[in-house]
Amino acid sequence: MKILVTVKRVPDPDQKIKLTADGRQLDLSGLPCVVNPFDAIAVEEALRIRERSSEAGEIVVLSIGAAECEEQLRTALAMGADRGIRVDTPAAADPWNVAAIVQAVVAREQPGLVLMGKQAVDDDSNQVGQFLAARLNWPQATFASKIEFVDGHAEVNRETDSGIERVRIALPAVITTDLRLNEPRYVSLPGIVRARKKPLEVLSLEALGVALQPRVKLLGVTIPTSSRAGTRLRDVDDLVQRLKELKVI
Amino acid sequence: MRILVVAEHDQGALKGVTLSAVGFARALKDAEPEILLMGHQVGSLAEQLRRYGPVWVADHEALRLAAADRYAEIIRRVAAERQASMVVAAASTFSKDILPRAAALLDGTMGTDVVGVQEENGQLLFLRPVNAGSVVATVALMGEPKVLTLRASAFKSPEPGEPQEVHPIAVDPTSLPNLIEVVRRDSKTSSRPDVTEARVVVSGGRGVKNAEDFERIIGGLADVLHGGVGCSRALVDAGVTSNDLQVGQTGKIAAPDVYFAVGISGAVQHLAGMKDSKVVVVINKDPDAPAFEVADYGLVADLYQAVPELIQKLQPSP
Ligand SMILES: Cc1cc2nc3c(=O)[nH]c(=O)nc-3n(C[C@H](O)[C@H](O)[C@H](O)COP(=O)(O)OP(=O)(O)OC[C@H]3O[C@@H](n4cnc5c(N)ncnc54)[C@H](O)[C@@H]3O)c2cc1C
Repeated sequence: MKILVTVKRVPDPDQKIKLTADGRQLDLSGLPCVVNPFDAIAVEEALRIRERSSEAGEIVVLSIGAAECEEQLRTALAMGADRGIRVDTPAAADPWNVAAIVQAVVAREQPGLVLMGKQAVDDDSNQVGQFLAARLNWPQATFASKIEFVDGHAEVNRETDSGIERVRIALPAVITTDLRLNEPRYVSLPGIVRARKKPLEVLSLEALGVALQPRVKLLGVTIPTSSRAGTRLRDVDDLVQRLKELKVI
Repeated sequence: MRILVVAEHDQGALKGVTLSAVGFARALKDAEPEILLMGHQVGSLAEQLRRYGPVWVADHEALRLAAADRYAEIIRRVAAERQASMVVAAASTFSKDILPRAAALLDGTMGTDVVGVQEENGQLLFLRPVNAGSVVATVALMGEPKVLTLRASAFKSPEPGEPQEVHPIAVDPTSLPNLIEVVRRDSKTSSRPDVTEARVVVSGGRGVKNAEDFERIIGGLADVLHGGVGCSRALVDAGVTSNDLQVGQTGKIAAPDVYFAVGISGAVQHLAGMKDSKVVVVINKDPDAPAFEVADYGLVADLYQAVPELIQKLQPSP
């Protein structure tokens, strides 16, 4: 089975985000970037699906954006994916347009499964997988914490607010990953060397026949600050006293 | 402006956050909120909901469990028929699974985790946290309908009013998609309130070593305060707690009157899920733990000593 995995370049989630001097945009200059953690989990899952299956299958990784996204594609290739595609866009596309682009790539590649992170940790939208599944009229299984294949179907455990839900879906399908699906492997040095030689194709929007039509316009950003007093308490009795004042007890 | 509010319920009980979504809709100018209820044998829920607005009810065996393909299709039909300019629901794994699918079917536009709305020159602008809540973005959504998931903690539930009409929707299961089969759902057995609805939440982190300690210390404190329990991702990963207790960027959003972070370091991804609590109490043995920076009250102590002592002192005297 051919698996298409999306890989987004995002600022390292452990770094502190700042605004530009005029306060109107995020200042991402100099911030180290990584593969969106949920997408790394999706790449890892694709590799594991292939490792435990008897049939050979190609793993294609897709990133959308400017040339620097190729760094993240190379990381995915170093993990073990076979081939990379970058769709060249000048600026970040909103989830709607990302779904339109992925759909066009699906039409070209005809994968049996699309694996994507449930959300990108920069935009936190959690929309693209569901948009894509609807556009393709494919089944979706979001927030996956376990994926198994039974009689040509996928059975997926989903993490929901009330616990685990198990769904059964036919293929092709879109599955989005949650944190506990797996722990992505580290890239090895030989992996990095091999990744340099793996094919990485750059496609234009024209070649894919997609015209961007923005549906979300970012107008401004602010950094919320904590205004909490941070009073240090002496001991447990002090805490009991405060809780009484708060009428919690 | 007609706004369709998608109701969420679980095992026969209405999720309280649904009412916050109604509250959001009511506060908008010229708003006409209508409620969409989907499920099986949900008559009593419709009776509750009609006190908050007219209710459209799709009640059918085929809708007993919330499969995204079917629910999104029902939302599409009702939103189109009612010419809704907005479709909203409280942010949850239910709405985040289904609403984007409905938005795509409706050829609409979408905002996730909306915490505020402003009007500027007749245009609505939406505020939403990004980058694990370390940034709040202001966005305009182009196109209609505008589909939103809403942080319940940011919007007030309205008072119930005179009962409005209930409109049943005819459901023909053969006309519904059949792409997703829900094989089973864990039914939750906890006697404690959910972190999204509790007035007091006690959360434990990696400082808590195992499941017995979690139950005794974190659960014990929650019980004397009649609160709910939550946790950091570290404990779910370690297998100490189940995923439905996780608070944070990729877990639940807790905004209780009092939030206890016990043995939690205070990573941004965790803070994203508890920042809007009214009062935050941090108990951590490391005086430099970042959690203290967002605390109203901080106690530098070993949780294994401080919390049992606290439980004992809070115990109602016999
Ligand atoms: C994409 C992504 C999404 C994430 N989403 C979430 C999320 O939704 N929610 C979430 O919580 N995390 C999330 N995380 C993880 C987050 O970054 C942190 O790793 C996690 O919150 C740390 O959990 P912790 O504070 O329990 O553990 P640690 O950071 O290990 O902190 C443990 C704390 O316990 C204290 N401690 C230890 N022993 C004691 C004791 N005996 N008494 C008192 N204090 C003690 C220590 O001083 C320390 O401060 C996410 C990470 C990523 C990359």
